[in-house]
Amino acid sequence: MNVGTFTPRPGAAPLSRMLAAQAAFELRLLLRNGEQLLLTCVIPVLLLVALAAVPVVDLGEGTAVDVLVPGVIALSVMSTAFTSLAIATGFERRYGVLKRLAVSPLPRGGLLAAKVITVLALEMVQVVLVGGLGWALGWRPQGMPAAALVLVLVGTAAFAALALLMAGTLPAEATLAAANLVYVLLLVGGAVIVPLGRYPEPLHALIGATPAGALAEGLRAVLTRGEPLPWAAVGVLAAWAVACGTAAARWFRWE
Amino acid sequence: MRGLSRSCATLGVVGVGAEGPVIEVDGLVKRYGVTVAADGLSFTAARGTVTALLGPNGAGKTTTVEVCEGYRRADAGLVRVLGLDPARAGRSLRPRVGVMLQEGAGLTPSARSVELLTHVARLHAHPLAVGPLVERLGLAATRRTAVRRLSGGQRQRLALALAVVGRPELVVLDEPTAGLDPQTRRATWELVADLQRDGVTVLLTTHLMDEAEQLADEVVIVDRGRVVARGTPAALTAGGGDGTVQFSAPPRLDTASLRAALPEHAEVEETAPGRYRVSGRLDPQLLATVTAWCATHGVLPHGLAVGRRSLEDVFLDLTGRDLGP
Repeated sequence: MNVGTFTPRPGAAPLSRMLAAQAAFELRLLLRNGEQLLLTCVIPVLLLVALAAVPVVDLGEGTAVDVLVPGVIALSVMSTAFTSLAIATGFERRYGVLKRLAVSPLPRGGLLAAKVITVLALEMVQVVLVGGLGWALGWRPQGMPAAALVLVLVGTAAFAALALLMAGTLPAEATLAAANLVYVLLLVGGAVIVPLGRYPEPLHALIGATPAGALAEGLRAVLTRGEPLPWAAVGVLAAWAVACGTAAARWFRWE
Repeated sequence: MRGLSRSCATLGVVGVGAEGPVIEVDGLVKRYGVTVAADGLSFTAARGTVTALLGPNGAGKTTTVEVCEGYRRADAGLVRVLGLDPARAGRSLRPRVGVMLQEGAGLTPSARSVELLTHVARLHAHPLAVGPLVERLGLAATRRTAVRRLSGGQRQRLALALAVVGRPELVVLDEPTAGLDPQTRRATWELVADLQRDGVTVLLTTHLMDEAEQLADEVVIVDRGRVVARGTPAALTAGGGDGTVQFSAPPRLDTASLRAALPEHAEVEETAPGRYRVSGRLDPQLLATVTAWCATHGVLPHGLAVGRRSLEDVFLDLTGRDLGP
């Protein structure tokens, strides 16, 4: 390091390069984290294989795998965009990582965008994994792929907004506990794997209003029953996204 | 072509305010509930200088630098960094200011050390080469070590690397060497000296006297949210009329016997266990008397300093209290 090495030459990299760098960095860390991978990839795949082989729960209508796969895709979205994102962000906040990033050239919106890119990239891996496995097990999706894509995107926005709201307002340990609790509660009670029709009638409206219920039922409507895009489900997910997103923007604390 | 126009735009921004101070803090007030962290604090930092905010824990140093970094809003007073309001102009200031948080906080625990440094370098337009910086700060052996497994010193050196890798105009270091091993301390001091040599402005906080004396062009002594003195280390430690001879030796020496050997009006004091201060009219005879007395008593005085007060004394004189650990 010679004279002049440190001579100031400041400047932010172009936004696109910062975004790509941050997303690649986050994705690399995510893929290195065993617990997160277990949550986001292994659990959905195991559930799919186990329930397709041994139908311990009565899934009702249609072939088991046709009902299962959309639900497992919804579960994958929930585990990546909600549980995994909430826990990771909660601990980033606790360790001051967000505080440090706040003085880096990457703007806050850029950090958010990088996180969304990371989540979507991991979801793509999950969908390929679950879809491919489902195909091998005899899954033949109905409906418009575009409609399913819309549901996944709006669902991701809803879950991610909820995740950031929790991570930005609760202590890291509370986020960890709450994110796992909500994951299990929605998995069991949110019509994720077991279709809404198998739940008691009086609960339908409530479950359908949860992001998990809306996403899973919406995906089953499209992929299992070949219906057009269910606007009610999109509406529920968009409402969650807007409400939690607004609250997170207002109450998120960087430290 | 795009890169060129970007860097020209950047240079244009640099030009603004190049005449004035890099940091200007005037009457800063910051409260947390009933606690007043900064109570009308004022100082400036000129371009290319090293400024040390020196004071005990809780004096308001971190609050002050965090206002300059844009983390906190001042309740009152004027704060300008590179001519801009850090609470509003964060986006244009961030690439120009390198920050190291206290205790090297904010390093992604699961990232590997060099991976993190490489990543942060990518967020900048003209970063330093990562390899030489890694070598320079002695981090090469930790290349594949996760941040959470680094020692305190390694972590601090990595945090320092992150603060300078973007080639900023201003580097803000909060307690850069607190509680560190001598090797890391030395590496940090050398780096700060090189930054200054190359025209980077440095603002650092410390409660270590020797650090402030060693590194700073300008020392701002802060106590209870106020500036109690500021100036070059030499100016701050000069004065006081009579001179002093200070030295370290085993504690509880017989100061009465030393006093008896000295000329009239001279005073001897054990200011801290094992730390002695002889004050009086300073001449060669006074020094000779002190060292002769030491020789007679089989005492080897070390850290012998003649004629100037230390910043420690300055702080003690101004506040009536020690700086603490």
